[in-house]
Amino acid sequence: MNESHHKPWSFKVNDTDVSLPLDGDISLLTALRHDLDLKGTRIGCGEGNCGACTVLLDGRPIQSCTTPLWSVEHRDVTTIESLAHDGGIDVPSIFLAEQAAQCGYCINGIIMTVTGMLMQTPPVSRHEIVAALDERHLCRCGAHVRILRAVDRAIAERGARQP
Amino acid sequence: MSKIPASLAANPQINQWVSFETENIVTLRTGKVEIGQGTVTAIAAIAAKELGVDFDSIHMVPADTHDSPDEGYTSGSFSIEHSGSAMRWACALARTLFEQQASTVLGSGELVVQGGIFRRADRNEGVSYWQLASQVNLDQSSADLPPPELIGGTVDHEHLKRIDLGAKLSGGAFIQDMSLPGMLYGRVLRAAHPEDRLQSFDRQTVAVLPGVVEIVEDGGFMGIVAKRDDQALDAIKIATKTANWKHERELPPMTEANQWMADLTPRSTTFIADDLPVPAAITRHHGLYTRPYLAHASIGPSCAIARWNDGALTVWTHSQGVYPLKRTLARALRVTPDKVRVIHVQGAGCYGHNGADDVALDAALLARGTNAPVMCLWSRADELSWSPLGSPMRIELKAGVDENGNIAEWEHAVWSPPHISRPGFGDGVNLLAAWSLADPHPPGPPNDAARPYGGGDRNAVPLYKVGKRTITHHLLPQGPLRSSALRSLGANGNIFAIESFMDELAGIANADPVAFRLKHLDDPRAIEVIQAAAEKAAWNSNEPGGEGLGRGIAFSRYKNVGAYFAAVAMVEVTDQVKVQRVVCAVDAGEVIHRNGILNQIEGGVVQAVSWTLKEKVGWTPEGFAVRSWLDYPILNFSETPEIDTLIIEPDNQSALGAGECAAGPIAAAIGNAIAHALGVRVRHLPLTPDKIEQAINAL
Repeated sequence: MNESHHKPWSFKVNDTDVSLPLDGDISLLTALRHDLDLKGTRIGCGEGNCGACTVLLDGRPIQSCTTPLWSVEHRDVTTIESLAHDGGIDVPSIFLAEQAAQCGYCINGIIMTVTGMLMQTPPVSRHEIVAALDERHLCRCGAHVRILRAVDRAIAERGARQP
Repeated sequence: MSKIPASLAANPQINQWVSFETENIVTLRTGKVEIGQGTVTAIAAIAAKELGVDFDSIHMVPADTHDSPDEGYTSGSFSIEHSGSAMRWACALARTLFEQQASTVLGSGELVVQGGIFRRADRNEGVSYWQLASQVNLDQSSADLPPPELIGGTVDHEHLKRIDLGAKLSGGAFIQDMSLPGMLYGRVLRAAHPEDRLQSFDRQTVAVLPGVVEIVEDGGFMGIVAKRDDQALDAIKIATKTANWKHERELPPMTEANQWMADLTPRSTTFIADDLPVPAAITRHHGLYTRPYLAHASIGPSCAIARWNDGALTVWTHSQGVYPLKRTLARALRVTPDKVRVIHVQGAGCYGHNGADDVALDAALLARGTNAPVMCLWSRADELSWSPLGSPMRIELKAGVDENGNIAEWEHAVWSPPHISRPGFGDGVNLLAAWSLADPHPPGPPNDAARPYGGGDRNAVPLYKVGKRTITHHLLPQGPLRSSALRSLGANGNIFAIESFMDELAGIANADPVAFRLKHLDDPRAIEVIQAAAEKAAWNSNEPGGEGLGRGIAFSRYKNVGAYFAAVAMVEVTDQVKVQRVVCAVDAGEVIHRNGILNQIEGGVVQAVSWTLKEKVGWTPEGFAVRSWLDYPILNFSETPEIDTLIIEPDNQSALGAGECAAGPIAAAIGNAIAHALGVRVRHLPLTPDKIEQAINAL
């Protein structure tokens, strides 16, 4: 493929402007991993069923493997690489403190969903977060009880930050 | 311990395990690999304690056939027992040699080592491992040295954190995240039916698709190498649409009780046949239990990178056994083993023999015609259908209970295809692509893990006193789908059967399930875990059950030589089965990493609940029936039970692996809880609402 034939798609990733001259039907996941070298977003099923590839699009969790590049033009993408540094609730550190992982392959996607939901206003409930995990994420190692403990701790931290 | 550990005897040089090449870094090499179970952290903790160095100074080198000890596979919950004990011994020898050298520098008198520095108790001055490194020869055989004094234990295991998770939870860390200069991407075309062989596809169209660098064809094997992975995938999609397949065999009909097994010829071994009298007055009982094929269903796609250079091959893999893979790749590719180097890179949890080894051969075949490294990834569909599956089982139990409520006779017969067909087991080449090459390598004849650990017969021998025992393993050839090692091998099915049956026999003896088990046990550690689980779960023998709420207990000692585990499951049965709470007690001997054991038990419980309630790989006349996650639901977050785990640490007992001990007892505890809740026994896994309804209707 002669990549220069494609119109460049412009969007923000982790607060940095990027412009990628690629086929617009290429997935956001491929663009992040292959073209922007952001490998913390995992390649899972590639079919939108496991949630390993979850990133934030304008602050909302989405599955990047089924999100075409054309659909993110002029929008904001956030990946795991920026989380610990953005001043929000440091969900990765909470997961580490709880040792809420076994192999860890599904965890970054889960962290993105939890982070995105914790930022929403009005505040979402624990029930809504668990429902989102049920709907969008699979963990095969069975780290579920630890993941839920980390979610509870993140919710508590959100509560402590709010007046 | 006074005998040299087997893994060290097989890899005797001390510097194969531990070295001090880099200032302030302790370099450790183990043949075991991290698969998300935390073993690398635990082995590092053992070494840090034995050497007297800071935990943070440890550097664990990934297994590599260039310079790691050959420890076979990372499997069977053996890593701590085998590699942990070898590492401890090797580090104790190293510490002893360094201590002798430190004495020549510091003068005689008792030395202590802390933070990697040897000191005399009464003086401040000290000398470090790294200062002494050039004066101490670790290239010595441990077999030639007297047994060292072992310090034992681990560093601060209450607060120990996994050494691999920080990188994984922040960026690229897995094999799928690797990138080598000039790397190309490969995908393989595979059928939707296990007995289909590729005849042709529209090569001309595929060859000119964007990014396609090479089409590799060899017999029925076809793969595409492209500049980008998305281009390789797009090309495979076009090739799939134009592919013609030859249908080589029909599949047998799929039935609930694994009836298709009756048409296969077993290799039968009655390996226990007690010659004991049986009292005349006994009440006889029997049951037939089954388990379906189960998918490993790793979240990460199987992945490997291969690079050929001047006839020599380097492979990066998440295989559980770099050395067996090296030897089998050499055979498959018809090169000598010295031409193949295999390096481990961490992947997603595998839970046994999944596509990790197969994709390594795929990558090697695809890379052979280029000078570039090639990364090959599997699709989700191939992951769920072409990977080896956990083997289906059919287990028949018969027993007699005497008039005192004691089991006097016990027969266990298990029919199952192989539970291990890993590369290196048996004579064939157990790598998928090898079978369809123009000059093929056949797979090995059916084989299984040897007793005492066993494959299909793992945990087929009850730990209970049951009078006259007859135990038979009927090893079947491969069935309609391909089977190999899945976490716990046959223990899951055998323990499900034995522990379900024990509850049924307790009913015949009119006994409480806990009391009935204890009455048939001698082993104090077995008795203790059962009592501990029952007590923690507030077990009440008079609890009537019924009304959809029930509790069940089950127990096993994994492999009959590993960790002791008992669990009480509490279920609520409505139109669904919900496991509300699981209380576990585990005795895995010496605790190396408390949080690591808890993590393995919790994960083992959740995975076993998922298998027990939901999972089954079937097939249809058209071929594979499981092609995506939508075809294979696994346990989700709101279905996850609350889990309480009590770790029992007896004095002076060596460490046992804890990774697989939950798989069998959890299945049976749930079955027993359902029986307690509803008064019906379901003997065919998974325990789904429709099977429960059938059992109720059959009353």
